[in-house]
Amino acid sequence: MIWSNAITSSPAKGDRFLFHVLRSFAGIAGILVVGILTFLVSESLPAFQQIGITAFVTDPSWHPTEGTYNLLPMFIGTMYATIGAVTLATPLGILTALFCQYYAPQAIASGYRAFIELLAGIPSVVYGLWGLVVLVPLIADLRPPGPSLFAGILILTIMIFPTVTLVSLSALQQVPKEYIQGATALGCTRWSMIRQIILPNTWPGILTGVTLQTGRAIGETMAILMVCGNVVQYPSSLFDPIRTLTANIALEMAYATDTHRASLFLTGLFLLTIVIVVIMSTQQARSNQAYG
Amino acid sequence: MRTPRKTPTPYIASAYSTRNIALCCDPDPLIQTRDLSLSYGNHQAIKNISLTIHRGCLTAIVGPSGSGKTSFLQCLNRLTDLLPDCTVSGRATIENLDILSPTIDVLQLRRRIGMIFQKPNPFPMSIQKNLEFPLKEHGVTATHLIQERIQRALMDVGLWNEVKDRMDTSALRLSGGQQQRLCIARALVLSPDVLLMDEPCSALDPLSSGTVEDLIFSLRGQYTIIIVTHNLAQAHRIADYVGVFWSQAQAGELIEFAPTHAIFEHPQQDLTAAYINGIRG
Amino acid sequence: MDKHSLFTYDMLSTTIIWTVAGLLGCLFFWLLGDLMRQGIPHLSWEFISEPPANAGRSGGITSILVSTGLILLICMVVALPIGLGTAIFLSEYTAETHPLATFTGRSLDVLASVPSIVFGLFGNAFFCQLLGLGFSILSGGLTLACMVLPILVRTTEQGFRALPLEYRTSAAALGLSKRATLIHLLLPAAIPALVVGFILGLGRAIAETAALIFTSGYVSRMPTSLFDSGRTLSIHIYDLSMNVPGGDQAAYATALVLILCVLTLNSLAQWMAKHWTYTRRMNI
Repeated sequence: MIWSNAITSSPAKGDRFLFHVLRSFAGIAGILVVGILTFLVSESLPAFQQIGITAFVTDPSWHPTEGTYNLLPMFIGTMYATIGAVTLATPLGILTALFCQYYAPQAIASGYRAFIELLAGIPSVVYGLWGLVVLVPLIADLRPPGPSLFAGILILTIMIFPTVTLVSLSALQQVPKEYIQGATALGCTRWSMIRQIILPNTWPGILTGVTLQTGRAIGETMAILMVCGNVVQYPSSLFDPIRTLTANIALEMAYATDTHRASLFLTGLFLLTIVIVVIMSTQQARSNQAYG
Repeated sequence: MRTPRKTPTPYIASAYSTRNIALCCDPDPLIQTRDLSLSYGNHQAIKNISLTIHRGCLTAIVGPSGSGKTSFLQCLNRLTDLLPDCTVSGRATIENLDILSPTIDVLQLRRRIGMIFQKPNPFPMSIQKNLEFPLKEHGVTATHLIQERIQRALMDVGLWNEVKDRMDTSALRLSGGQQQRLCIARALVLSPDVLLMDEPCSALDPLSSGTVEDLIFSLRGQYTIIIVTHNLAQAHRIADYVGVFWSQAQAGELIEFAPTHAIFEHPQQDLTAAYINGIRG
Repeated sequence: MDKHSLFTYDMLSTTIIWTVAGLLGCLFFWLLGDLMRQGIPHLSWEFISEPPANAGRSGGITSILVSTGLILLICMVVALPIGLGTAIFLSEYTAETHPLATFTGRSLDVLASVPSIVFGLFGNAFFCQLLGLGFSILSGGLTLACMVLPILVRTTEQGFRALPLEYRTSAAALGLSKRATLIHLLLPAAIPALVVGFILGLGRAIAETAALIFTSGYVSRMPTSLFDSGRTLSIHIYDLSMNVPGGDQAAYATALVLILCVLTLNSLAQWMAKHWTYTRRMNI
């Protein structure tokens, strides 16, 4: 029963060892993004040094073998495809979420939801395959050649629509029941209740989901590579083939060397920057909302 | 001196109070605190607590909610270490060991100062493993020794006959009162010297509460027990000493500390008197 | 607005919503129907058990299944300890406001949305070239490990955070070391979350294509070592549909196999997550 003797050793050694191991794992996970950024920067450095940053928008065309590196048409292609897909998928996703939450009978709603969840899990390459084999020939019948910006927009829409729906649905489910009871008690029609009470309260959640899906659409490679025709040009109509930044990397990495390779890494760096900006802005919006 | 106040109140004169409560032993200081204060960030939870706990005695800490009783207990086994931005100042010693010293082996300290919580909190394992796992972690590995100590602990808490045939079933399937007694056994199995109890009966139904109270009373003398309770009648029934905490300007302070009979029969402070008569708090 | 027009709007919106939901449902049924109609006739035991022949038009996908399996194995062997360690560090060892914790958390958020082609670029530069692994199963698996890390960490971390605080305080009050508490008490209780994270990560990895084209390569031979290039199911689909005329049937059949894998993994994860919350509620 002598207290002072028993109790003055140092804390357990195993504890401290484990702490260091865990901390270094967390460190690895933490610096991974930094590592990726560093590699992209160091690999794209030759492009900066040899042709300069302005060449990527001022060169006459994208012909790396002849030393011209204009990325602008592909950037425009990426933007058109992304904006098109997001503008289509957002209303569709929200309407479908409303359908599941407020319009469909219980049994249909839960079945529909399971179906959407299934679709959200289908790999993008499978959507690309279907687009290539079924959608593109149909579009070719409508307006040749078939592989086009339009096909890209449709496939991207089909790809991101399930996730937009699921995110909107979870935002709708967080609307307090009292609001709905209150609105019903006041004798509102279902649509006025949705417009006046539910949508204003769910916008932030839906918007976050849409922004994340925008990031996904920008970064999507396989599906769009398979249906867009991959011609480097400014599209003059919806039915012109385009090439996106991601498709360009996928198509040319296999044989690219030197400056060409560096310019592809630069494209990757650019894509990553866009996505980080998108993520940070959603986080900022979310934290503003939390405090505001 | 005493103002004409109606003491003791009727509920204190219940059947339990027929127990003969005398001081368990000669006063023999074991734990001493001097100006012990604790704050969470800017909020001070307890302020300048100085008291002496005597060996083998049962000391009850009473007081209204938010008067820092639990925080005081958590200082004594350094559970405050787990709380972020929590600072403790002052002195707390057990015999001549400085509890708050940064160099002591906290794990050994906590082995010798057991703690029972308000809500029974057995681990999600079998009854056997609940008792065996802490023992093994503290270096008791011989099987016969483990079994012997587990059986003794379960007998001490009166659980042995109830569970000896189902030691391998989940501890979570026991009733609330049984779970709490298992938690007490889990503390006893490590042969501690001191037991800290944080409202051990308040989450239980009246019947289990009575059983656990009897159990705690039976442990008096073998262990030095500090029990936090809201139940004044309980403090009166089982404690040798009572300390009354009171929240003054947001921070809990000790307003009176004395042997039980003195607190209940001759309170020195008006606040104590009002509190034990159910007028305030 | 008068009452009449309000009801008109309500009717209109109801009609639109039902129509949109119905049409989209049809569209996706068409898509899935197509996959089954074209893929099922090509599916057979031989398709699973034979190596590809004639650039994949005939024969099966054995070597591709093996390569896929090996890449996933590498991915998980690497990602699991790092993911679990990070999750434990974030949930048990640091406050959420600790600089390293916020930094790691932010990085994981960014990592979760890095385009897969960018992972491919990184994998190519780091694993294939700098570490000299070349186009190999090892490079592909390591690249995927970076990719699935966020989902693995976040799911496991939530599992740990969901454990009651009393486990930790009561263990500490018994004088148990943090390590013992972690290994004997918290880890067993958090295993279901770890498994769910594992399955979700596996699902994401198996669906991946773009990150693998320049890391694992697309050689369809049976791999003899981890340093061989190997083709996954998704790359096989891509290659058959884009580069092999007449490969559509085999591509559809492979797509069916792939979807089956993904769906099995996803529903397993969902079932586990549900089952797990259910039993937890029963315990308390």
